[in-house]
Amino acid sequence: MNDETGSEIWVFGDYRNYFQNRVTLQLLAKARDLSRKISARVCAVVFGCGIDEYVAEYAAHGADKIYVVDHPGLERYQIDAYVALMERLCRERSPEIVLVGGTGFGREFAPRVAKRLKTGLTSDCIELYIDDEGILVQTAPAFGGNLMAVIVTRDRRPQMATVRPGMFQELPHDYEARAQIVRIDPPADPPPERLRVIRSDRRPQTDRKLEDARIVICGGRGMGSKAGFRKLFELAQLMGAEVGATRPVVYSGWANHDALVGQAGKQIKPMVLFSFGVSGAIQHTAALTGAGFVIAVNKNPDAVMMKMADVAVVADAKQVCSAMIKELRKRIRP
Amino acid sequence: MVSELPWDSKTGALKRELAEGMMNPACKCALEAALQIKETHGAHITAVAMGPPMAEEVLYEALALGADKGVLLSDRRMAGADTLATSQTLAAAIKTVSPDFDLILCGCRTIDSETAQVGPQLAEELDIPGAADIETMTLKDDLLVMERLLDDFFEVLEMRTPALVTVSTSGYTPRYPFFTGIEDAFAKPDITVMGTSDIGLNPDCVGMKASPTRILDVYSTTANKTNVVLKGAVKRIVADLFNAYGDKIGGAMGKDLQTHEHESS
Ligand SMILES: Cc1cc2nc3c(=O)[nH]c(=O)nc-3n(C[C@H](O)[C@H](O)[C@H](O)COP(=O)(O)OP(=O)(O)OC[C@H]3O[C@@H](n4cnc5c(N)ncnc54)[C@H](O)[C@@H]3O)c2cc1C
Repeated sequence: MNDETGSEIWVFGDYRNYFQNRVTLQLLAKARDLSRKISARVCAVVFGCGIDEYVAEYAAHGADKIYVVDHPGLERYQIDAYVALMERLCRERSPEIVLVGGTGFGREFAPRVAKRLKTGLTSDCIELYIDDEGILVQTAPAFGGNLMAVIVTRDRRPQMATVRPGMFQELPHDYEARAQIVRIDPPADPPPERLRVIRSDRRPQTDRKLEDARIVICGGRGMGSKAGFRKLFELAQLMGAEVGATRPVVYSGWANHDALVGQAGKQIKPMVLFSFGVSGAIQHTAALTGAGFVIAVNKNPDAVMMKMADVAVVADAKQVCSAMIKELRKRIRP
Repeated sequence: MVSELPWDSKTGALKRELAEGMMNPACKCALEAALQIKETHGAHITAVAMGPPMAEEVLYEALALGADKGVLLSDRRMAGADTLATSQTLAAAIKTVSPDFDLILCGCRTIDSETAQVGPQLAEELDIPGAADIETMTLKDDLLVMERLLDDFFEVLEMRTPALVTVSTSGYTPRYPFFTGIEDAFAKPDITVMGTSDIGLNPDCVGMKASPTRILDVYSTTANKTNVVLKGAVKRIVADLFNAYGDKIGGAMGKDLQTHEHESS
């Protein structure tokens, strides 16, 4: 038997979009960081069928120990089976902390597990740390990202959080790393499949240019017209940037739905964000919490977007866009 | 300047009133789904809201749109509830008001805290099948067939009623109330206000007392931001912008944006 004493931090192994969404690896890195303060072991928990390659990946990215349930009945992500398994493992092994990636599945799965364990869960965290009493302090956006709430679960265990993808940096792949693998048999009598998955087809890979862009230029209704909005593409081309849009812009047909940034569209995390003629409604700004340096252009200095910006330019958006194009042409030497 | 945060630092509760009086966009879509089922299959719709007395507004709106009955869970003791406590309270209300329900529809998320946790937790509490982020659904007898796009997977799902669905904002387009509907709603509003004891719960089972999470602090991401404001002639602003932040912008572009001319203009 291996050493089973000491507390554990668990990370749910969400591998369904392994190459597009590295949130599990990001959580393993964060868990490593948290584990130092409470001398816990970092554990990945993986369910599925034929999942050895992911087990190896998690070992190479920071897991000390990996709980594996490998069974044909778990081939597809199935909520009833996955929740029941996670509940059972948590009851048997009492982890201190359970972290789940904020994917669509994670955000359906984690609340159910938390409910069964009657413990607290903070959703969509963007920052985590351990305080001096050893408690996990979780920061999550509220009111569309204009406010941050700092939340703890003091008395119940495990302390649970779903975490927004892209918030933490994964550890480099370490070929030398070895993890303890604990294989667990699936339950002899699995729970009834109350929600049946009839079909589950991967959609042709969606374009992630906007999500991964280093510079994003977002345009809102303040660009005035389709022709005005088109100017942003010219600017974007000069900068090697991607163009994002608010909902009214998409509804008016100035930009494609693919460009929509916000609650109903994409989350972005550019190093530099330019925002032209955008008011800053929470459904839009909710998707900007990962942006680095923000430059907003608006006629109205009191627009929320201007308050959120590092640099607020009070001017006509179209004129600023044209002037930037001119200025950049001067500055960029071929 | 003191900015007003919708958070009570003494009790640690989010003041949801500021967002109240307005139905959540996702809840409008859930109501729309309910109305469509009512139109094709016939149904009795109960709209349930939990919040301060003002939240009754939302129920008037639901009745005007075609819901048959409204239930407002309003009790000071329910304040400060996290999702675990909220799901427990809602389940108790549902069991009291409509124990023989066939379907519970929730908005997939609220705009104030966006946890998206109450729906799935309510399904657990009621011990019924549940599905989240559903875009379309059709009902055949007691079989619900649903579609959703989740994590780049297109899924077709099935479950039997009684069941719970959280409805996404991308499938249903909410209707607007007709004036006759509004008049009807105000003529005979069937709205019941209920407190903790009305739904058979012990005061220790609601609100902050029943919530394992605590909010330690709420801060504004905009309030303390040191923010540079540029105004004046556009040409000047743009030159200033590149002079001051050219390295930052150029760094992200992977290009050198040093001025080569007009440096002192
Ligand atoms: C369920 C739901 C989901 C939603 N999802 C999203 C979403 O994913 N993404 C999204 O963006 N929105 C979404 N919305 C809509 C959102 O609430 C706002 O309506 C939208 O973001 C506003 O877009 P806007 O800033 O372009 O327009 P407006 O709010 O009209 O703002 C225009 C801004 O331009 C400024 N302006 C005007 N003229 C000029 C000028 N000449 N020069 C400079 N500035 C100028 C104005 O001062 C103003 O600040 C959603 C809404 C709902 C209900």
